[in-house]
Amino acid sequence: MGLAKRIIPCLDVDNGRVVKGVKFVEIRDAGDPVENARRYNLEGADELTFLDITASSDNRDTMVHVVEDVASEVFIPLTVGGGIREIADVRKMLNAGADKVGINTAAVFNPDFVKQAADKFGSQCIVVAVDAKRVSQPEEPNRWEIFTHGGRKRTGIDALEWVQRMDEYGAGEILLTSMDRDGTKQGFDNELTRAVSEAVKIPVIASGGVGTLQHMADGVLEGKADAVLAASIFHFGEYRISEVKAHMKSCGIEVRE
Amino acid sequence: MQTIAVIDYGMGNLRSVTKALEHVVSNNQRVILTSAQKEVAAADKVVFPGQGAARDCMRAIDDYELRDTIINVARNKPFLGICMGMQVLVHASEENGGTDCLSLFPGEVKYFGDHLVNTKGEKLKVPHMGWNQVQQTRPHPLWRGIKDNSRFYFVHSYYLETETADLETGHCHYGKSFTCAIAKDNVFAMQCHPEKSADAGLQLLTNFVQWDGQS
Repeated sequence: MGLAKRIIPCLDVDNGRVVKGVKFVEIRDAGDPVENARRYNLEGADELTFLDITASSDNRDTMVHVVEDVASEVFIPLTVGGGIREIADVRKMLNAGADKVGINTAAVFNPDFVKQAADKFGSQCIVVAVDAKRVSQPEEPNRWEIFTHGGRKRTGIDALEWVQRMDEYGAGEILLTSMDRDGTKQGFDNELTRAVSEAVKIPVIASGGVGTLQHMADGVLEGKADAVLAASIFHFGEYRISEVKAHMKSCGIEVRE
Repeated sequence: MQTIAVIDYGMGNLRSVTKALEHVVSNNQRVILTSAQKEVAAADKVVFPGQGAARDCMRAIDDYELRDTIINVARNKPFLGICMGMQVLVHASEENGGTDCLSLFPGEVKYFGDHLVNTKGEKLKVPHMGWNQVQQTRPHPLWRGIKDNSRFYFVHSYYLETETADLETGHCHYGKSFTCAIAKDNVFAMQCHPEKSADAGLQLLTNFVQWDGQS
């Protein structure tokens, strides 16, 4: 027995409410963040990830209150991402009770920000969120690039080189989302996940595309992910965390029961 | 009114520790987050958390002029070290090219290494991050109500190696076996994060706030 593979529900929060966007377009309301967090904790979630998708910066402080409320009631690791652009944003979220922050776009535009944040607060609380999309043709060797703006803008940065650089810069973990799969329910891009997981020393969380219990298990078995993240299958009650764990266990994966 | 002081020396996320303690204290107890020598020295119980690198941690302890205070309270009050707050209690850490620590206990802190593998020969990630099992190597009041081999949340790249068998109270395995909890007299310290370890962690913190410091 040893370290368990983690199952992480992700909650997208818009103006203080949990929502789920499919490919970042259609947004459906899924309720109160604290209630959701409490329920996931009871069901055995190993961590929680909150992604602030609030468009207006005027409403950003709403997220701080959400984090404060959740951290007062739920005692498992809490990651907050979305709109983390400067050291002050990191400090604000950690002070509110987050254990880790997810840095995405800001890392692409200013990679040194990751270094500075890791130096200041420790690698353990810096998660670099990576949105990758396959750019190779079917007959070519696999190649993925980093995309920004919800998968719309190509950056020209090779995904594998990028994650290695982030590892060197002091990231504590990589949250890897396949923009090809996100919202499709076709399963993770396990080739991408495996390539990234084998390229870095730090843990990798697979994200984007889960539709079935087997998809979660495959992220670990085929993608070699250290943790698997999903949103919609949990929010709309399709599956409970406990069902995911039971299924993963039946596939020979070590989970926290 | 009993006071539980969480030592704030600018290292890491102390908010989580404070919130979890506030969740478990009884009506006649209060939790304070402080960097003041006097408040730490006057507290009934002390929690010493910590995150980040060993050298930064030791430097911060001195910048806040807390070294003597920490050593003193660790000798006579119920004292709980968490994560880096456990590591710096021993003699030295390999981190940052070698860092002298508080030397309250014998032991050394070592790096997991870049070539850590599991029993199947598969590469293991460093940091050791997530929920792993804690084997209770001897009984202790802080283990009360917690099943042996319960999972706690870990996040660390360095581990404690101590040759003093009577110091170890908890054991863990990640590529290699290591000491993940130590206890002596009024001190209990652990590598994992009880404040983030759901029910098992809250039980441990409950046991701590009720503990009289006798082992």
